[in-house]
Amino acid sequence: MRRTAVSSLQLLQPRSLEEAVRMMRDEESLIPLAGGTDIYVSINCGRPPGRRYLNLWQLDELRGIEVRGESLRIGTLTTYTDLIRSGLVQQHLPILASAAREVGAVQIQNRGTLGGNIANASPAGDSLPVVAAAEGVVVLQSVGGERRVAFNEFYTGYRQSVMRADELIIAVEIPPVEGKQWFRKVGTRAAQAISKVVMAAVRAPAPRIALGSVAPTVMRLGNTEAALAAGASLDEAEKVLLAEVRPIDDIRSTAAYRRRVSANLLRRFWSDTAGQGSAQE
Amino acid sequence: MRFRLNGSEVDIEAHPMKRLLDVVREECGLSGTKEGCGEGECGACTVLVNDMPVCSCLVPFAHVEGARVVTIEGLGGDHPLQKAFAEEGAAQCGMCTSGMILTAEGLGSNPAREEIKTRLAGTLCRCTGYTAVYRAVQKAKQS
Repeated sequence: MRRTAVSSLQLLQPRSLEEAVRMMRDEESLIPLAGGTDIYVSINCGRPPGRRYLNLWQLDELRGIEVRGESLRIGTLTTYTDLIRSGLVQQHLPILASAAREVGAVQIQNRGTLGGNIANASPAGDSLPVVAAAEGVVVLQSVGGERRVAFNEFYTGYRQSVMRADELIIAVEIPPVEGKQWFRKVGTRAAQAISKVVMAAVRAPAPRIALGSVAPTVMRLGNTEAALAAGASLDEAEKVLLAEVRPIDDIRSTAAYRRRVSANLLRRFWSDTAGQGSAQE
Repeated sequence: MRFRLNGSEVDIEAHPMKRLLDVVREECGLSGTKEGCGEGECGACTVLVNDMPVCSCLVPFAHVEGARVVTIEGLGGDHPLQKAFAEEGAAQCGMCTSGMILTAEGLGSNPAREEIKTRLAGTLCRCTGYTAVYRAVQKAKQS
């Protein structure tokens, strides 16, 4: 495949978030560019997602991790390396650091961003089940102001979301998570491989289970969660899970494998988080 | 656009979306940085930006404005990692070598074998089988 000629591309370079959202409102079909780890793969193989890009990378106001009120607020440009190194992430949502460690390898972790993972909207995005299980909130900004959308209501279909064309993801807010956190990515190898199945879960009186790569979007297993909360046995919960996931055959795996592994992960989550102990992966 | 390349201030004109890989090779004439897969899987194009290894095939030139960029040429030739790679036979075709060395550069002293393997998990070699590579890194990082 031929690489895209860069001369056919245009990069707009706002100096502030305010200028960036104005450009998003005033210019036609701008594609926000953060770390570039997804967009440049498409450009390099001759399938650019568009011709005109909005450079966010220099907007330092979109970086950083801080506690705001009860929540942990993570700026959209926060890289996987930032997440791995963050004491606050380790304290509030250690499974987000676990997921970040399994994204690509160090070169990608140094550039890929949490906001980019959400915006790219791949059903296989490694951080997405974690944000789903943590019931995170996506903070969107436009010229009209900020709006907050529950992450579990953010995607509407395969690579579709409620985000409007003039909005930018500026942060993700993570409310306090009670219970034991658990994360597991299953792929061909630890580094670089895109997941075949990825699960993030929280063991609590009302358990939370989120799965990636088993449906057109990352999904919460509401029925399985309800069954477990009502005291169902693992065998019963597995039946509910198998009726709930909607995996497909694709280049990385088969639907049958994904169903089997999803059920195995449920069992592993449940046994790993049984009994006393502190939150961990 | 100004940035630091291998310790010197440079002012290079290129399209802001041009890949850092191509700017380094074409505008700066430094061919030690290789293109492998072009999708961030193989690590052959690794350079350091502000001391962090990145795949230069995925970095737009605009993103290194004011940054410190180091390519394999920036290590000189007598760097402990370069010497250890030569001594241990850790390079065959050489395609992955600059990426291997620049990625390994960020490891602390006396790294465990597992630590080296994780660090180099995104720099693929199709000739050496990695054993000599890990040996060379261990040797260079011994304190």
